[in-house]
Amino acid sequence: MWKWFHQLASPPHFYRIAPIFSAVLLLPGLALIAYGVYSGLFLAPMDYQQGDAFRIIYIHVPSAYLSMMAYMIMAVAGGIGLIWRMKLAHAVAASAAPLGAWFTFLALATGSIWGRPMWGTWWEWADPRMMSELILLFFYFGYMALRGAIDDTAKADKAAAVLALVGVVNVIIVHYSVEWWSSLHQGQTIMAKDGPAMDPAMLYPLLANIFGFTLLFGSLLLRRTRTEVLFRERRTRWVKEMILAPEGQS
Amino acid sequence: MESLAMGGYGAYVWTCFGLAAAVLIINEWRVRARQSAVYKEIEVRIKALEESA
Amino acid sequence: MTDRERPMPSLLDGLIAVARRDLLLAWKRPGDVLNPLFFFAMVCTLFPLAVGPSAEQLTFSGPGVLWVAALLAMLISLNSLFISDFDDGSLEQLLVSPQPLPLVGLGKTISHWLTSGLPLVLVSPIVAITYRMQGDVVLVLMLTLTLGTISLSLLGSIGAALTVGLHRGTALLSLLILPLSMPVLIIGANTVSLAAGNETYSAGIWALSAYAVGTLSLAPYATAAALRISNE
Repeated sequence: MWKWFHQLASPPHFYRIAPIFSAVLLLPGLALIAYGVYSGLFLAPMDYQQGDAFRIIYIHVPSAYLSMMAYMIMAVAGGIGLIWRMKLAHAVAASAAPLGAWFTFLALATGSIWGRPMWGTWWEWADPRMMSELILLFFYFGYMALRGAIDDTAKADKAAAVLALVGVVNVIIVHYSVEWWSSLHQGQTIMAKDGPAMDPAMLYPLLANIFGFTLLFGSLLLRRTRTEVLFRERRTRWVKEMILAPEGQS
Repeated sequence: MESLAMGGYGAYVWTCFGLAAAVLIINEWRVRARQSAVYKEIEVRIKALEESA
Repeated sequence: MTDRERPMPSLLDGLIAVARRDLLLAWKRPGDVLNPLFFFAMVCTLFPLAVGPSAEQLTFSGPGVLWVAALLAMLISLNSLFISDFDDGSLEQLLVSPQPLPLVGLGKTISHWLTSGLPLVLVSPIVAITYRMQGDVVLVLMLTLTLGTISLSLLGSIGAALTVGLHRGTALLSLLILPLSMPVLIIGANTVSLAAGNETYSAGIWALSAYAVGTLSLAPYATAAALRISNE
């Protein structure tokens, strides 16, 4: 079993098998999203409090979930790279960051757009979840800025890993302190975005979208990591042999 | 169509779904573009080294 | 006794030696201590100028403004935490010394707090009074600032260690530390607001104390790891 793990850590092996796994994730992911979007938009019954606007949940919740999952992946991969010195782990962390930032942006944008008809404002400072999401975006920017500022890849990897690990603890604390702050300053009632217990017809498309988006994220992450690996290994012999080999792939 | 209007919230709902589609498409495109750019760049350099060898 | 036979100084001696050296250096360069304090006072002056000096506005915004100004002043002072040692090579010496690196980092952080956090706490009442803060609220402010600046020094030392030696360090340091310091800011400023409103504020004090203790135990290790990484 460890052999598989060690093999996975080998860059040329990963480079070869990543596209296969990526496709395995991509197609079911797309199918799940297709179902989730269609039934979420047209089949799920209307929410009696929010009308059809609640359908934004089918995009907002998956993005928010992914924004946090990507950060966890970044931190865990960084930790693995730091402790076991696995180069591949660092490549995964580097690739997860921009993807996570994109989904954080999507969560913030959809949350803001959702807030407009609901609360009459484009941004509600008192909403703890949106505030936590915003601060998460800052964490992402700091991480990517640190990576960009250090020229030496190995050094950047380790520094970024330390930052991500420190950040993980703080993200949790930020969430709770923002919640407390929001409870102090809540002027108006913040409508719970998911409403009372969701009936299955509303819930299944949401679950489908969460899974579907996650699979899509996984597919993107695998391919991005693959390119990152190729770039980092560009001066090695296996890359040279692969490029010069007659089958000419991409 | 009634379903397009989304009970008056159409602009908000469709913008969000559109944004999601855009984010996914942009990232898909960026991943592919970066892969082919990196590959080509390495290919050019290695072939040039081979030539001069 | 030769150097080989002399026993290694105790951990406490090492800690004190590092802290004392930094305090002496700060004594010789009073600007390093005074500049952030002037910055703090100036930022506190900006808000009434920009927003208006009415009494309600001052009492309402006082806790928040003072806290934000203190946070920004700490950010400024953190820039120089490791820089001068890095520039003249003493940082490398500290890295290879037999004293454990987390302890060395802690020593520097302690003296950093003594030269930045503590002065802020001592100066804050003067500014707080101009914001028409009542006496008992000022005490709460000083308490929250003490606990908060301790956490900020510790967290900031991690950021400073990660960015030491980078030429574009300054803005990056702020970008790294600000998200980390948001819980402290939120809890600290709002606790003072609660005190000003005559409500119970003990929860915030406990939370800040817990945060300070937590960072005190954990941050030195992260700082040490970051120092090693930055100096490879």
